[in-house]
Amino acid sequence: MQVNETFTPTIVAFCCNWCSYAGADLSGTNRLNYPANVKIIRIPCSCRLNPMFILRAFQRGADGVILCGCHPGDCHYTTGNYYARRRMTLLFSMLDFLGIEKERTRVEWVSAAEGAKFAATMNEFVDTVTKLGKNKRLEDLRCAK
Amino acid sequence: MREMIKAKAIELLENGTVNRVLGWKAGEFFYDLTPGIFTSREEIEETFEYSVFSAANLSKYLIAESRKEGKIAVFLKPCDSYSFQQLLKEHRIWRDRVYVVGIACDGMCSMDVIRDKGITGVTAVEEDGENLKLTTLYGDKTIAKADALLERCVHCKSRKVVVFDEMIGENGEEIPDSHRFDMVEKLEAMTPEERFAFWRGELSRCIRCNACRNVCPACSCEKCVFDNDKSGIAQKAAASDFEENNFHIIRAFHVASRCTDCGECSRVCPQNIPLHLLNRKFIRDINELYGEYQAGSDMDTKPPLMNFTTDDCEPSVVYERGGKV
Ligand code: SF4
Ligand code: SF4
Ligand code: SF4
Ligand code: FES
Repeated sequence: MQVNETFTPTIVAFCCNWCSYAGADLSGTNRLNYPANVKIIRIPCSCRLNPMFILRAFQRGADGVILCGCHPGDCHYTTGNYYARRRMTLLFSMLDFLGIEKERTRVEWVSAAEGAKFAATMNEFVDTVTKLGKNKRLEDLRCAK
Repeated sequence: MREMIKAKAIELLENGTVNRVLGWKAGEFFYDLTPGIFTSREEIEETFEYSVFSAANLSKYLIAESRKEGKIAVFLKPCDSYSFQQLLKEHRIWRDRVYVVGIACDGMCSMDVIRDKGITGVTAVEEDGENLKLTTLYGDKTIAKADALLERCVHCKSRKVVVFDEMIGENGEEIPDSHRFDMVEKLEAMTPEERFAFWRGELSRCIRCNACRNVCPACSCEKCVFDNDKSGIAQKAAASDFEENNFHIIRAFHVASRCTDCGECSRVCPQNIPLHLLNRKFIRDINELYGEYQAGSDMDTKPPLMNFTTDDCEPSVVYERGGKV
């Protein structure tokens, strides 16, 4: 075992199909860099994100979870992200209430044209989570690698 | 009160208003009254019970009962009536098949609380004005009723029955200064480490009996996420901490903005886990962020999680306020 192993967090990014996933694509085609440890999961709309998905991502080894969707007002299904916004606000607040670091969860609105914003957001989020270290409070020892 | 309620039950059955009555009967012990259905005068005379232990909220049973033939009478305390109205709002109960008798309430008691006061071996309890007269194996004792109340009654939000066909006793009022959020605020003022330790201490006692879910009027989905064997979260066996956190976060989240704070979940928990604190955290956040809302208090406002405004706060508000609203 290496002693001075540097910690690279695993980040799960849920991206809605219509804006943020395309934004992620654009950042790729523009050759902008964002860390390879960001795993993108495409969902139809930000409001498809069941709170249990977030908890399960932590269970299976994520150290940070971020949800990206169309900007409020621009949702492909008109209002999905408004519902997601309320749900995530309450969920994050509950995680914090249980003493689980709130900095490990985030929501950002990224449009299909915002490849640069996507890359910058991911870089910044990875930095934040790296500083926090490994997710301990929502891990499942049965799933530990 | 007990006699008035029993007489009303018999009257409604015999004059044909209803063909059955939903009330309380003795459980294994006299202090764990459980819901019961009565269809005759004899049954009511012999087994119907009403006492300071009639805490069980009967509204949930009407989901199934109102689908049966004929009308059913039910007795609802103020807090139960909020659950009833919330279920009406969600189209879960057929209103025209239920005859609601509202009952005025000044609090329900708990044997756990009485035992915590050091009184054991209680064999009978009788209300005597402001006091409870206890017969115990070690002689008679008297205790103020106020000292034996369930947590939810100490912090009762409303003594007003919100839906009824008739009332027994005088209907009460909402109680704005119930102090029900005091403990939530205390927790919010702690550091995340302290909160984490507090909740590990509480949630690690959970045995996943699912009583809190089964008793909850809001937890009435026909198929529950926690019953999915393939999910790996249907059982407590061999669980790690994750499972407890997951169950409790999701349970509370699924009832958020529909939970009327009826207090049943905390009452039935065999491990005395303060589930109401999780529910009240959501209620408090909703009140602060999206405007005051009491589930079950009316028929037409939309639950805040089924609603939005275009200028709602961003989730980042949680970081900005550092845990406190
Ligand atoms: S919470 Fe209020 S209405 Fe409900 S049983 Fe207690 S005192 Fe009565
Ligand atoms: S979560 Fe608890 S307090 Fe809320 S409605 Fe369900 S049983 Fe009642
Ligand atoms: S009633 Fe209590 S012990 Fe049972 S599942 Fe709910 S919290 Fe856990
Ligand atoms: S489709 Fe992008 S948020 Fe709804």
